[in-house]
Amino acid sequence: MSASSHTPDAERTGSAFMMTTEHHPESSTYLGFWLYLMSDCLLFAGLFATFGVLGHSYAGGPGGAELFDLPTVALNTTFLLCSSITYGMAMIAVQEKRKHAALLWLAITGLFGCGFITLELKEFVHLILEGNGPQRSAFLSSFFTLVGTHGLHVTCGLIWLVTLMFQINRWGLNETTQRRLMCLSLFWHFLDVIWIGVFSFVYLLGAM
Amino acid sequence: MGDHSDAHDAHHGDHHGAPAIHFSRKDYVTGFLLAGLLTAIPFWLVMSHAIGDASTAGFIVMGLAAVQVVVHMVYFLHMNGKSEHGWTLLALLFTLLLLGIVLTGSLWVMHHLKVNMMPMSIQDMRQAP
Repeated sequence: MSASSHTPDAERTGSAFMMTTEHHPESSTYLGFWLYLMSDCLLFAGLFATFGVLGHSYAGGPGGAELFDLPTVALNTTFLLCSSITYGMAMIAVQEKRKHAALLWLAITGLFGCGFITLELKEFVHLILEGNGPQRSAFLSSFFTLVGTHGLHVTCGLIWLVTLMFQINRWGLNETTQRRLMCLSLFWHFLDVIWIGVFSFVYLLGAM
Repeated sequence: MGDHSDAHDAHHGDHHGAPAIHFSRKDYVTGFLLAGLLTAIPFWLVMSHAIGDASTAGFIVMGLAAVQVVVHMVYFLHMNGKSEHGWTLLALLFTLLLLGIVLTGSLWVMHHLKVNMMPMSIQDMRQAP
């Protein structure tokens, strides 16, 4: 970074282009994280395609209509949707520099996320104990892979959330923690978007 | 960042760190209500068997899911054509293109494989038109 480009003289002589190029690295975290999310999206696209192809290969075993408990899925969906808006409230609190409110909203978000993971694990354990584990049929293999990968993402998001809460508690709402919160915000809302695909394509269409 | 002059920080303080996205309560509440509605309708459709024809119901469910994805993108992920000079939108559109190719390609190819490559019994062959 050369100091000369920031003098008023340089600004007047049209160094706007220089300024933007110099500034690109500063905000590139956002774009970079977005690109990561897009590549993650392609990972899920592969898993969705696999499920789409294998979703009716029951190998004589039970199908979605017998296995899926839609009220539980509806509750799970509600948890994730609620966690999205509570995260939004946390970001608004961050914007208004209210640290404790932000921590409170993040904690509520974490609780909703834990509720989601708990219900999903309960469903998985129930399926496996009934003999309908991933090895039962191609349908169940692809189901466990797709839904499990999403659940793993949510778990990572929860670990990240707790880590950030500790960091905010210790360092306050500075530039670094805010940037990290922004990235987690994208990640968390992105997982909710993936879940729309899961509950529509896997559960609702499968239960019909 | 440490070697930046004070003048520099004062001038550009707003642009550093988190990108300049304004979070508004109104956006989040609107998005939440829309998303709630778009989630409730398909669940109700399937759970109450309101539509007898499964393929019609399936199309409606997937259509509502697509609308909900857009709602989440706009109100929760704050997508617009301006952030990062439009690069996020461009990346998203490219991803959607790849997504379409992967999904339709896989389903299409594998469906034809299933239809054309399945061994047929003699009875199947007799019944085939």
